[in-house]
Amino acid sequence: MSYLTHASRAEAFNLDHERTSWHDETLWFVRQKRDKAVYAVPEFQELRSLASAIKEHTLSRLDHYLAQFEAAALANGVQVHWAADAAEHNAIVLDIVRKRGATKVVKSKSMLTEECHLNPYLISHGIDVIDTDLGERIIQLRDEPPSHLVLPAIHLKKEDVGDTFHQHLGTEKGLTDPQQLTEAARQHLRAKFLAGEVALTGVNFAIAETGSVVVCTNEGNADLGVSLAPVHVASMGIEKLIPRLADLGVFTRLLARSATGQPVTTYTSHYTQPAEGREMHVIIVDNGRTQQLGRPDFRASLKCIRCGACMNTCPVYRRSGGHSYDFTVPGPIGSILSPNIDLKKHSTLPFASTLCGSCTDVCPVKIDIHVQLYKWRQIIAEANHLPAAKKWGMKFMGRLLASPNAFKISGKLARTGLRLLPHGLTHNQTANAWAIARELPEPPKQSFREWYQQQAPA
Amino acid sequence: MKVALFVPCYVDQFYPQVGIATLQLLEKLGVKAAYPPGQTCCGQPLANSGCERDALPIYRHFVQTFKDFDYVVVPSGSCVYHVRKHFDKLEQTPEVQRVRTTTFDLIDFITEVLQVKEMPGAFPHKVGLHLSCHGQRGLHQANESEMTPVRDGQLRRLLTSLDGLELTELDRNDECCGFGGAFCVSEAAISGRMGHDRAHDHLRNGTQVLTGGDMSCLMHLEGIVRRQKLPIRVLHAAEILNGATL
Repeated sequence: MSYLTHASRAEAFNLDHERTSWHDETLWFVRQKRDKAVYAVPEFQELRSLASAIKEHTLSRLDHYLAQFEAAALANGVQVHWAADAAEHNAIVLDIVRKRGATKVVKSKSMLTEECHLNPYLISHGIDVIDTDLGERIIQLRDEPPSHLVLPAIHLKKEDVGDTFHQHLGTEKGLTDPQQLTEAARQHLRAKFLAGEVALTGVNFAIAETGSVVVCTNEGNADLGVSLAPVHVASMGIEKLIPRLADLGVFTRLLARSATGQPVTTYTSHYTQPAEGREMHVIIVDNGRTQQLGRPDFRASLKCIRCGACMNTCPVYRRSGGHSYDFTVPGPIGSILSPNIDLKKHSTLPFASTLCGSCTDVCPVKIDIHVQLYKWRQIIAEANHLPAAKKWGMKFMGRLLASPNAFKISGKLARTGLRLLPHGLTHNQTANAWAIARELPEPPKQSFREWYQQQAPA
Repeated sequence: MKVALFVPCYVDQFYPQVGIATLQLLEKLGVKAAYPPGQTCCGQPLANSGCERDALPIYRHFVQTFKDFDYVVVPSGSCVYHVRKHFDKLEQTPEVQRVRTTTFDLIDFITEVLQVKEMPGAFPHKVGLHLSCHGQRGLHQANESEMTPVRDGQLRRLLTSLDGLELTELDRNDECCGFGGAFCVSEAAISGRMGHDRAHDHLRNGTQVLTGGDMSCLMHLEGIVRRQKLPIRVLHAAEILNGATL
């Protein structure tokens, strides 16, 4: 099976120059907000180191902390479920919903349920599932995947949202005022909240010591859903654990600053036990995570707290859009997570980077993202997933560059060719991708080496 | 002090004047650098494409060529970063370890080894500084906007010590130019777009001369400047520090 490359999707995205500028500038604005918030905290770099150390420690004793979390949660009256993969996770959710005889589910933001493709699964089983995060609701109406971890509809302009709401919510045609559009969404969602029988949430942090799960939102939609529905189901990946409640402050200080430049998310909700007469479930999901944990070079990717800062800073992401990655988690972090899931399908993602390293420098938990991109490239080449021209070209270059004479002669030939051949031939855009946007260097008559040999010996 | 000059493969072929300026600049600073003629490349183009294994003979050749020198000076932070960071794939013999620690970017060599912090001369132009990401974030040659609002760095200091030189304040101080080695052709659309945006940040903010420590970024940006016929000259920092005039 052949797959579209990141480059081909990115090229399509770039055909609209103005929209690409808009996308780039919108996300750069978020990166600048992040910078301001970060500069204002003198101990920010220490916080990063601390957060990284806490996560590394937790990952090194994950079995212990998972068991501790389960025991504490059970003691709190929470029902704990374990899912090896997406299919198990989805079946558990459906089972909980059916046992209540429920058909109406409200869901706050959860990348894990996106990863498990829960919505289409529930809908195919006759369950009505509504995303209550505004951005998520917009893309749910449009039947699109999220294009960003934190800002799922960031690829859309207010005009696009106006069209979508006109079509699905019956707002006036051509309405683009953000306040009016938001009000329309509030009215629409209010009825859904009130009708919700089961509330699904994601989990930002799970505290092993207390058995609590913590959910961070800006809209309060998780709280509203959970408070109204008699059943709460929280889905979490195994990597969401932190050992103690006292560790949480390190992460809440980093998360919102890194994500949007806010000092803290508007809502940081702790869910510890079900209210009287209600149910609370936690589903702990692996879905490829233990496999990644078993890869020493890539284990650190599990430290991710899903802030999206690497996307906002990535010059490639900003100019290619989240959908160009064709993976639930786009951007630099997605490019190191996705090869673990399907190496062949995602084999072009680790190459969708200049290895500039900005992602690593903004990461609040110090994941060495650009180092891991480099390492995935080696694995992809070894697994024979490079395009044939690149593979054989590199083998040829390897021979050439290990031999001074061959290098000298081929360099001279190339320079002479460039000088003598017509511009239209050397700059043919089909044969020479360099020439699409740029001129080739003007070839000098002499290489440095030739010049040096002509100098009088000292 | 036995110093060797390593001229990156593409500089040797396309920008001999950068190698010449480096050699002459070092001589002015009292260092007579030798140019071992057997040198080829650091192997980075292959390794960044995932073909590290095919690059190993090039790494070994690099070590063999430079093992007997006290310092290897390179007018490219990117090649230096590669030697220092990625030659870990070789067996770590004393020779390999030595070459990995004695290989220096030209600007770092001038400021850290020679302890030269100011340069004589004048360059009365508005200069836009483009550090390579490997130099800036890899070798920490300058402060990073991800960490601090304070702009500082070795090359910035050296350049501003020249009379009349004014540095451009960019909208985005240290965004990548989009060259990225094989990225420039495998992701040609994004690479071209990034280069376009970078060049226009300089243009908008008044850059007359665009410079930096890595000719690879500059080759890419120069290609865009020439294609779009923008009124910007592109020079390697070694050329400016060696007394280039416009």
